[in-house]
Amino acid sequence: MSEQFAEDQRAREVRAKEHAKEPDGDILLSARDVTVGFGPKIILQDLDLDVRKGEILGFVGGSGTGKSVLMRAILGLTPKRKGTIKVFGYDLAKASEQERKTVERRWGVLFQQGALFSSLTVKQNIQVPMREHLGLSPRLMDELAGLKLELVGLPQDAADKFPSELSGGMVKRASLARALALDPDLVFLDEPTSGLDPIGAAAFDKLIANLSETLGLTVYMVTHDLDSLHSICDRIAVLGEKRVLVIGTIDEMMKNEHPWVMSYFRGERALRRF
Amino acid sequence: MAFLEKNTPPGGKVVTDEGVQRIELTGDWAINTLSAAEVILASLQFSKEKLTCIDAGRIENIDTSGAWLVHRLRGSLEFDGRRVEISGLDEKRKSLFDELDQHHPPRWTPEKQKFSIFGFLENTGRQMEGIWLDALAMLHILGSLGMVIATVVFQPKRLRGISVAVQFDKSCIGAVPIVALMSFLIGAIVSQQGGFYLRQFGADLYVVDLAGILVLREIGVILTAIMVAGRSGSAFTAEIGAMRMREEIDALHVIGLSVTEVLVLPRILALMLALPVLTFVSDLASLLGSGLVSWAYLDIPPAAFLARLHEAITMETLMVGLVKAPFMALIVGLIACVEGLKVAGSSDSLGRHTTMSVVKAIFLVIVVDGLFAIFFASIGI
Repeated sequence: MSEQFAEDQRAREVRAKEHAKEPDGDILLSARDVTVGFGPKIILQDLDLDVRKGEILGFVGGSGTGKSVLMRAILGLTPKRKGTIKVFGYDLAKASEQERKTVERRWGVLFQQGALFSSLTVKQNIQVPMREHLGLSPRLMDELAGLKLELVGLPQDAADKFPSELSGGMVKRASLARALALDPDLVFLDEPTSGLDPIGAAAFDKLIANLSETLGLTVYMVTHDLDSLHSICDRIAVLGEKRVLVIGTIDEMMKNEHPWVMSYFRGERALRRF
Repeated sequence: MAFLEKNTPPGGKVVTDEGVQRIELTGDWAINTLSAAEVILASLQFSKEKLTCIDAGRIENIDTSGAWLVHRLRGSLEFDGRRVEISGLDEKRKSLFDELDQHHPPRWTPEKQKFSIFGFLENTGRQMEGIWLDALAMLHILGSLGMVIATVVFQPKRLRGISVAVQFDKSCIGAVPIVALMSFLIGAIVSQQGGFYLRQFGADLYVVDLAGILVLREIGVILTAIMVAGRSGSAFTAEIGAMRMREEIDALHVIGLSVTEVLVLPRILALMLALPVLTFVSDLASLLGSGLVSWAYLDIPPAAFLARLHEAITMETLMVGLVKAPFMALIVGLIACVEGLKVAGSSDSLGRHTTMSVVKAIFLVIVVDGLFAIFFASIGI
């Protein structure tokens, strides 16, 4: 295990160096003073967050701290009480219809439950964004859908199955394939590796890292998988006390003295990894 | 990556010199320009040279879909017996192509529409089998309903009184206004239309007989049953279907509860109680409508209307209508629950079964009404 860890660390150092070339990088997504609440309950208060271009940002936090709520607020699905969220430089609350469309074509989203369209086959699910936005030939669309299926590690015979006929892990993969259908710049992944076996989860991590490297994909990943956090995340943000508690590399997390961060990254379960 | 704001159109041309054919690709080969790229590739004329070089060095932006097109081009050229190399790739793009190399989507075959007499026969056969299975499923639910009712008779505590009351509230109390309004209008229309023709023979007063018998024996119960099928039947199917989609039915099984006892019995029981009540409401409302129109349009004063009505109908007329109501409720409820339990995993199937539930229920309500008519005629009522 320690060998694996050393390897992870080396890979991370290489990646960190690459990012060091552009100290702040381009900011792809920025949130300022975001406050979200339901009724009298405030979930997020004055939250600030920056996601740099090309990085893999892991998002952690206890259950119910609002990780998914923040993601939904960024996507514009949950209304925010105040603050601004800019994605690709556009403020979605003020963007025109055209600008919103532009942004929506450049991001891909993997929902926690997959959210595949239940009346379409997996292949049709992957082709939905292509059909909507591009005028491609049926042959090319079928080939691209097959390619995305292969990329996320699904067998080809899954293409003509309906979501209700898939296992939980296969739904996750099919949903990722749909999120990647338009080769987005930014993908949001809500717990992508939960429900996958460790081998599948490792392959998933490798795929994400690979896409990020070759295509410059930026990844916003809500996850509790310590292995993903250690092996592929460039930076990790911890959500707690209604804001982003700390944000930094895994090494900074390991040194952090905040009690929750300590028990998360250096708790019994976390240390058993080594 | 998708560079939406600034796209360079893709380009490609074939240059042949000294026995080597060079395919020069320029511009963006990304998802946004993919349809244009596809057209360009289709228009390229390749020479017979054995050595081919795809020059990807001047491609500005490329993503997996663009890389797939280039990859496919190489594949098809190699299939024709050429030797193909892709040049001008930097480290990142090379790893992209290496990644593609490891994945082989299956060879594309266009989907063919099969159209034959055998397909038609097969479909007909399947539909007949479906009808047979439907009948079996209905009998199955009816049987288990009988079992549950027997249990409830011996152990009255097993009856879910609150459930029944809630369902009764939803399917009866909630339906009173719309059923009353609809019946009022129908009663009024029947009297007006009947009066219009009967007046020509000076038989105005028989409008009361017409409306009274027609409404009490047939129209009241049928229209109410149809309304209930559309209102409560579809709701039952959707509720049970959604529970099936979310594995709630399976959870009931695993906990050891009987679906028939928990879900089906309260609904059907409530409906069987509700429909006679609604039918009675409907009868009253249509007689009111009929009386008002007779007064306003045919100048039959209320007192005369009531006196004539007293002669025209008996308790039997009312009961003939009311007696049918529980049977119709049973049919609507059974079909709704059977269709709900047949829902599979997709939203599409939920919609289909809800439609089928209403259509079948209305159809069977009318068939059963016909059977009752034959029955009553043969016993002379």
